Amino acid sequence: MTLYDLVLAPFAEFGFMRRALVGCLALALGGGPIGTFLVIRRMSLMGDALSHAVLPGAALGFIFGGLSLPAMSLGGAGAGLMVALLSGLVARLTPLREDASFAAFYLISLALGVLLISIHGSNVDLLHLLFGSILAIDDTALLLIGAVATTSVLSLAAIWRPLVIECFDPGFLRAVDGRGGVVHTVFLVLVVLNLVAGFQALGTLMAVGLMMLPAATARFWVRELSSLCAASSTLALVSGFLGLLLSYHLDLPSGPSIVLVAGVAYLASVLFGPRDSLRTLRLRHRQSAA
Amino acid sequence: MSGRSDSAFVLDNVTFAYDRHPAVRHLSGAFARGSLTAIVGPNGSGKTTLVKGMVGLLRPVDGSIQPRGVVRGGIAYLPQNAEIDRRFPISVIQTVLLGHWRRMGWARGATQKLRDGAQQALAAVGLEGFERRPIETLSDGQFQRVLFARLIAQDAELILLDEPLAAVDWRTSEDLLSLIVSWQQEGRTVAAVLHDLDQVRAYFSETLLLARECVAWGPTREVLMPQNLRRARRMSETWSGDRQNDRRPGAGPFRPASRSSLLSINGENNGPSRQAGDGSHPPLS
Repeated sequence: MTLYDLVLAPFAEFGFMRRALVGCLALALGGGPIGTFLVIRRMSLMGDALSHAVLPGAALGFIFGGLSLPAMSLGGAGAGLMVALLSGLVARLTPLREDASFAAFYLISLALGVLLISIHGSNVDLLHLLFGSILAIDDTALLLIGAVATTSVLSLAAIWRPLVIECFDPGFLRAVDGRGGVVHTVFLVLVVLNLVAGFQALGTLMAVGLMMLPAATARFWVRELSSLCAASSTLALVSGFLGLLLSYHLDLPSGPSIVLVAGVAYLASVLFGPRDSLRTLRLRHRQSAA
Repeated sequence: MSGRSDSAFVLDNVTFAYDRHPAVRHLSGAFARGSLTAIVGPNGSGKTTLVKGMVGLLRPVDGSIQPRGVVRGGIAYLPQNAEIDRRFPISVIQTVLLGHWRRMGWARGATQKLRDGAQQALAAVGLEGFERRPIETLSDGQFQRVLFARLIAQDAELILLDEPLAAVDWRTSEDLLSLIVSWQQEGRTVAAVLHDLDQVRAYFSETLLLARECVAWGPTREVLMPQNLRRARRMSETWSGDRQNDRRPGAGPFRPASRSSLLSINGENNGPSRQAGDGSHPPLS
């Protein structure tokens, strides 16, 4: 087997592989910066919660529209936004903290979703929703993913500075500009949109993987915020590329393959990355001991 | 307290409350334009609440609180730094540039003029050459200097500081105090929550002694008389037993520094008495 057969042939020969790769590129562009902000805002688990929250909406869309992407995406986005909104409200009106109310709502949401699907569909449908099928991405799905990536990048550019300040020093933003709430809301909407874009390809459970793992990995390579965003987009794209090849050659499901490649990159970076990894910390320790 | 006609900030019978527990009661008075006021009082006496109210982060439940001829962006506010993420990947110069918010807003870029301004502000706080350092590499004192540089960049008419010297060493607090004094000399109105009464006596011409209500407000020497301080302490004893107040949002852990320094006027006095007393004891009497 030549290098060409190994790396390029799958994409050259099969349209579904090319579409899958373009899908990964778009997901990586939007999801990289979003994941980075989730990590530095200490909202990683909130991204996870939201990805589960998308399920009942997608299920409703599935029940009424069949395996139609627009119906399921619309439902998924609706459910995700609803959970974000309700959690925010509960956190504001009661002493319960935002992460706890997020957890409560996503558990309710997940249970509801699984219940809906098991009443109305077969187990195969459930697996499709939970784990996606990136190899079945059609043109409609690509358009949707592309549109979400475009929206994300443009909106992030518009709210970049206040978003950065809201993460770094929320008190300062409140004092100089009353629109911090708007920024937070726009950001949550972008998180939900990216999760919805990801779930067709990777499934509701895996969508958050391509967002969070590269962002967490980037932390061990670069320091500056824009470099973090660029690095996590790049890492997501590379994970997508390698994951697709792996799934093609070894006949594995694509979603888990992609996320596992990202996971391996993460573990390797924790151990050997050039910044704050276990290796550098040990080196520093040894130097200070000497 | 000078006449209201030349006031930067007017408080009219203002009351703030958390969960219907009043934190500041019926406070009236004015910060004169160009004045330098220290806000002191025992723990839980409403100092932070008052400052937040002046910035506009809290709404009074009664009375009114008004800046006179100062737009919202014209107030520079330094909160207690608990809320800032010190591990955030941002450089010193970028942090200082945030002070230009009114001129840069959401999207405008930093012009050379604004960059120069930020650079000068850094020089003024003694951090020349630190521009590109990530803030996570700074000591507490250096970071507080960066926040002061940001205040300078804000170029505000009214500057409100909440415990600006709580976590810094002696040398830094001397430097920062002289900056605060220089702001007044430039014609700005400055109010700062402080704990160390010696610093207040040495640098601040006006003092507001707060114990949920106003105990005294005026020239520092008259306000910090033993009888006023005793009265503030007696008032604080009536609420310090009742821990309900500490449940209000934003109430931090019990800090010993304030009470011990407020007590230090009764003789034993002097020096930064921060380590004195562990705060869980009832006040000496």
